[in-house]
Amino acid sequence: MLKIADKTFRSRLFLGTGKFSSAEILKKTIEASGSEMITVALRRVDLNDPADDIMNVLDRKKYLFLPNTSGARDAKEAVRLARLARAAGSGDWLKLEVTPDPRTLLPDPIETLKATEELVKEGFIVLPYINADPILALRLQDAGASAVMPLGAPIGTNLGLITKFQVEIIIDQARVPVVVDAGLGAPSDAALAMEIGADAVLVNTAISIAGDPVKMAAAFALAVEAGRGAYESGLGQKSSEASASSPLTGLDFIKS
Amino acid sequence: MFTVPPFHKLQEQIQSAGDEDVRKSLRTAHLNTNDLAALLSPAAENHLQAMAARSADITALRFGRTTQIYAPLYVSSFCTNRCSYCGFSADNKIERCMLTLDEAEAEAMILHERGFNHILLVSGEAAAKLGAEYLERLALRLRDRFAAISIEVQPLTKEEYSRLFTAGITGVAIYQETYDRKTYKQVHLSGQKCDFDFRLDTPARAAAGGMREIGIGALLGLSDWRAEGLALGMHLAWLRKNFWRTALTVSFPRLRPAAGEFQPLSVVTERDLSHLIFALRLFDPDVGIILSTREEARYRNGMIGLGPTRYSAGSCTAPGGYSNPDTMGEQFAIGDHRTIHEVCAAIQEKGFDPVRKDWDAGFQLQ
Repeated sequence: MLKIADKTFRSRLFLGTGKFSSAEILKKTIEASGSEMITVALRRVDLNDPADDIMNVLDRKKYLFLPNTSGARDAKEAVRLARLARAAGSGDWLKLEVTPDPRTLLPDPIETLKATEELVKEGFIVLPYINADPILALRLQDAGASAVMPLGAPIGTNLGLITKFQVEIIIDQARVPVVVDAGLGAPSDAALAMEIGADAVLVNTAISIAGDPVKMAAAFALAVEAGRGAYESGLGQKSSEASASSPLTGLDFIKS
Repeated sequence: MFTVPPFHKLQEQIQSAGDEDVRKSLRTAHLNTNDLAALLSPAAENHLQAMAARSADITALRFGRTTQIYAPLYVSSFCTNRCSYCGFSADNKIERCMLTLDEAEAEAMILHERGFNHILLVSGEAAAKLGAEYLERLALRLRDRFAAISIEVQPLTKEEYSRLFTAGITGVAIYQETYDRKTYKQVHLSGQKCDFDFRLDTPARAAAGGMREIGIGALLGLSDWRAEGLALGMHLAWLRKNFWRTALTVSFPRLRPAAGEFQPLSVVTERDLSHLIFALRLFDPDVGIILSTREEARYRNGMIGLGPTRYSAGSCTAPGGYSNPDTMGEQFAIGDHRTIHEVCAAIQEKGFDPVRKDWDAGFQLQ
């Protein structure tokens, strides 16, 4: 089972809550996904409003509520928002997003590291959203991040795992769980991320804007399980050429 | 500084595009301003369906199945400019008023109770009466109760924008009205607004002052809408290059009946407006597109999800009009008289989520 900080998760599919057509559809989608970790943009909800439509569909007993700081331009803003959210009862878990470019929403590595250092000091369980940069992942791990969340492609692009090579290095090196976040456009993308050894994936746009989000969530859940199963069972090596079945030649200089 | 090419050059560039140029632009993933010119051309009119479909797809991908909701809050109708198209023009004999801070706060609270979380403070341009200090004091009173506060007032200095940002104002709307210098001169008769270049440079000053979101736009009905669209696209691209941290929105307000009885200098149909929206969406997948209550309910319902991302609702364009619905002295007559609840219901009916809160004052509160 997946373990992040002190919590275990049966499902390795995490869900984002943006871009859904209604809170009702969101609720059904969460159920169909089997997900146990749900992220919500703090900018989008009012934690002090008991009637908030999104907060009302999240059963905090069933799902780990992972607030995120989407929209923060720098470390200061992210830290400020995190503190306010915790004061309003959002808990210690935090998906750290520092995205100063409103167009690509790509994460700022420098400010993300600064904010992680500060938030870890204050007792937050920090899961930073990062570009697929292996060294940054290690720096964040050293700073006390509880997992790292490299992107497959920029948020909301559905381009898939275009950062595969870099993500493989991160998976190879990291001690903390690696969650591939953002850009996964189809269940096959999620399966691929899981096959290469990601501990989990976080999906939002591909599900929320699908013709049938509920069905798509179930499809992603299956793909994540399939990918994980393949990883655990040990994928065979790929080869572009047929391998010779006769003994290797050309090595007869080696003394037997 | 952004400079806009001569308007007739823009028109020539657009008019020279043929069917093949349009097809090529429609096949292109990242559109440049040549592609935008082709998509705004008469030749593109045969491809409006394809443009609409692509616009809807891009909008869903970037903004999801959502539409943001806001309301304008008019705080003053005093204006020192004489602009032939505007109801607030200094020449017009209308009842003028400027809300006290208490009155403005009372108006804001009505909007808050109706469920608005994003508001746009609007005023005529009379800097001596209503300047940065008034806006700062009002913002400080309102910031705890609203997720986002924007302004649409006279051009300010970079320092004033910084000061207002610190007070909790995060967005600035400043429309060039027309990018055609000749028409600009013709309709702006006197006042600070006569300075085309000062106004053109204002979005950059606001962005440099730290504002998170800048809205630019052209008032449709003054000059050639196609060339306005191309100029707007160029302005957007320039702002993106120079202020990468700033989010951008565009608006294409069509002239509405107003005091002064100005007759539009050019006719812009709903089809033209739609064409413009689709072309800009294809050109800039991430720009917020505003469709205000200037347009009728039928048209706004039809456009949900096709490109626009933000709707105003339940708007009144006279200062004090929310407290007292009989208030005279509006800037213009609106086209969609529905309440916020009716607008939200129509958005839901279309399978979209009306989003009332998409920001948080907590990003900045010390």
